[in-house]
Amino acid sequence: MSSQDIPEENLPAEQDAHGAVGVADEKDPFADPGLPPHEHRVQDIDERAARRSERTVAMLFTVSMLSTIGFIASYVGIPHDKSIFVFPIGHINALNFALGLTLGLALFAIGAGAVHWARTLMSDEEIADERHPIEAPPEVKAKVMADFKQGAKESALGRRKLIRNTMFGALALFPLSGVVLLRDLGPLPGTKLRHTMWRKGLQLVNVNTNEPLRPSDVAVGSLTFAKPEGLEEHDEEFQTEIAKAALMIVRIQPDNIKDKRELEWSYEGIVAYSKICTHVGCPISLYEQQTHHVLCPCHQSTFDLSDGARVIFGPAGHALPQLRIGVNDQGYLEALGDFEEPVGPAFWERG
Amino acid sequence: MSTTESSESRARGKAPAGERVADWADGRLGIYSLAKSNMRKIFPDHWSFMLGEVCLYSFIIIILTGVYLTLFFHPSMNEVEYHGSYVPLQGQLMSEAFNSTMHISFDVRGGLLIRQIHHWAALIFLAGMFVHMMRVFFTGAFRKPREVNWLFGFLLFVLGMFTGFTGYSLPDDLLSGTGVRFMEGAVLSVPIVGTYLSFFLFGGEFPGGDFVARFYSIHVLLLPGIMLGLVVGHLILVIYHKHTQFAGPGKTNNNVVGMPLLPVYMAKAGGFFFLVFGVIAAIAAIASINPIWSMGPYRPDQVSTGAQPDWYMGFSEGLIRVMPGWEINFWGHTLVLGVFIPLVIFPLVLVAIAVYPFVESWVTGDKREHHILDRPRNAPTRTAFGVAWITWYMVLLIGGGNDLWATHFHLSINAITWFVRVAFFVAPVLAFVATKRICLGLQRRDKEKVLHGRESGIIKRLPHGEFIEVHEPLSQEQLHTLTAHEQYEPAQIGPAVDENGVERKIKGTEKLRAKLSEAYYGDEAQIPKPTVEEYKEITSGHGHH
Repeated sequence: MSSQDIPEENLPAEQDAHGAVGVADEKDPFADPGLPPHEHRVQDIDERAARRSERTVAMLFTVSMLSTIGFIASYVGIPHDKSIFVFPIGHINALNFALGLTLGLALFAIGAGAVHWARTLMSDEEIADERHPIEAPPEVKAKVMADFKQGAKESALGRRKLIRNTMFGALALFPLSGVVLLRDLGPLPGTKLRHTMWRKGLQLVNVNTNEPLRPSDVAVGSLTFAKPEGLEEHDEEFQTEIAKAALMIVRIQPDNIKDKRELEWSYEGIVAYSKICTHVGCPISLYEQQTHHVLCPCHQSTFDLSDGARVIFGPAGHALPQLRIGVNDQGYLEALGDFEEPVGPAFWERG
Repeated sequence: MSTTESSESRARGKAPAGERVADWADGRLGIYSLAKSNMRKIFPDHWSFMLGEVCLYSFIIIILTGVYLTLFFHPSMNEVEYHGSYVPLQGQLMSEAFNSTMHISFDVRGGLLIRQIHHWAALIFLAGMFVHMMRVFFTGAFRKPREVNWLFGFLLFVLGMFTGFTGYSLPDDLLSGTGVRFMEGAVLSVPIVGTYLSFFLFGGEFPGGDFVARFYSIHVLLLPGIMLGLVVGHLILVIYHKHTQFAGPGKTNNNVVGMPLLPVYMAKAGGFFFLVFGVIAAIAAIASINPIWSMGPYRPDQVSTGAQPDWYMGFSEGLIRVMPGWEINFWGHTLVLGVFIPLVIFPLVLVAIAVYPFVESWVTGDKREHHILDRPRNAPTRTAFGVAWITWYMVLLIGGGNDLWATHFHLSINAITWFVRVAFFVAPVLAFVATKRICLGLQRRDKEKVLHGRESGIIKRLPHGEFIEVHEPLSQEQLHTLTAHEQYEPAQIGPAVDENGVERKIKGTEKLRAKLSEAYYGDEAQIPKPTVEEYKEITSGHGHH
């Protein structure tokens, strides 16, 4: 790009030419030889080459104009739901493809034209400009300091301490109003994080079929997701409730359940665990039938559902809470109470 | 005024229209004084100086496309049923935010393109800032007088991260909702006030019905407003300080060598804006990004595998994934170290690089202005620190994608997690040592080149049968360029006794500074550059080259 990249400068002929410009002397071979002389581009010497460059730039600008017309034509002409096959991308939306490429080309051509113009036809002679120290000269500094002292003195701020102190007080206090105003951003947590919708007698409803679950619906090796009876998608608070109440149900041979309490809280080997990871709250959704391990797909915390859902790998800090379940008179699975501990991520008041 | 007079005589008392407009503006805005100092402002030329331009232009593109998106986006979490033209989601319940994003993507002509340009430009903006920041770091462009501008740039990077996060959370899709849930879990881990912060942020329990609207005003007003101010300040300082330049013939600390703003940089930089915009538009045409329709609306009890944040949030994801799940329970309280420690390290990773310029200026004690850039090899300790930091960052990025590494390369996720846990501590150290050695090697090579010339590739046989390679002496330009850098002497602790012979108390900071200085500039840390005497002795000797 710039002339100093050209190794031909090493040639003896070139070196002679430089001797005249540089300040090379016997004392310091490393001395700064000064700016190398400007080297002419072909466009500077040959008007035909310059005209070729001119035509190239004009062509690029013309391409841009045509491309913009293509953009408008695509916008008007291509149905917005038309799909086309483009190798190697695959099936894509034709309108998006056409609009993006025409817009891209229209913009790129302007840029390419401008840069080519600058590189071939505008002067490429390097110019040196002086720098000046950023810091002010001493006399300016002295003047500013004197002005400041004068101003401070005239304000009498240093002398009238009462004004100063009350002003600081007022300025320090008024932002408190702003902080207070933030109070109603949300309700106080209270014990909300400790409770879910689950209570004694609520049936377990399959999330996919929206039907209450019977023990026979839960086969060994299957993973079923459940919600509390009465919680419907259209409910105002559905998202917030399901964020705490979501259940994961599996059936394990009772002999294989290692944890005594887990066995006690299960029904014929059917166990119900919170689906919300105790790490940072992702829904756990990967189940390994053979080992009864569940894995959170977000951060890979792994829990052993046959052993009280204790953490066996990953960043989670404690086991998944278990919901105590039984079967009601109609033979459906039901909760025997709320979770005994808070579901989801740990927090300061959790204890 | 002489110019007015001359043009008056030329145009019979009537200046050209452009000049009259300029005169009008000058009388009110003083544009001529501004133009005098800036119209022919000199900018030096180097490819790496374009990186900052990429950031500026992608920022402008983001604002332009973002304003367009606000015309169609509804920042509301009211649940509605989908009846748009994307068949697979027909009848599904979703928030209005998701619904309107679907509308933009499928029913507004060009809406998908603008959405994709917006998102791609955001990724490129952050990537551009990262690389630009590294360029500034490795060339020492952050030194006096540019420390404040370094901080402006750093703040832009951090704010850009959060603007990106609040932005990609707006569509309320399954992937971004998972990210917001992660954030909620992280906020909950804060001791004492965590639950309160979370309830104030979400207007109650997660997810509630407020966060999209709140994120929206943060994303389109608060953060971009601050960033716009910082960008303007950043650019004003660049112009005020004048750009740095690499050492070379004719380039000194007191001048700036390059091409003038008008016309060359006007055309080059202005053209480059269109190049960047064009390339991003083309990417948005062919590469789909954040296809929310395939992920579906957010539900807190659903998730897809392979969930990943946008790349710039990946290192925080890595922190949270590899941290062991420590929890301490005491007196009815829980200290969630497994989440809180990553939450604290997250800003520290960024601060580590942000404060570096101040550490270095303290160690060197150098109060002068620096406008000549360092080659990275000539500041081995700084370069090694930078590479160690990047290594740290990359290790965490690997940790953030540990599931993808596992599935794509058929590795054990446990092994990757353990690798990252160890590498978090070890890899930066190894990178530091290796980089420093490479830098010293390159310094030796430069010295060798200066003293013995460059290898020409020509093999000569001497009369007595010996083969030698002919070395060509360097031009004076090259000799100057390779020896122009400055080498500091390690700082000494002052004399242990004062002028009266009384033992002086040496402060701990003073000792630390001397130690660091020795590590930076001691015998082990830099190769003394060739002296004139060395050069003369070698070149004046046997003239076999």
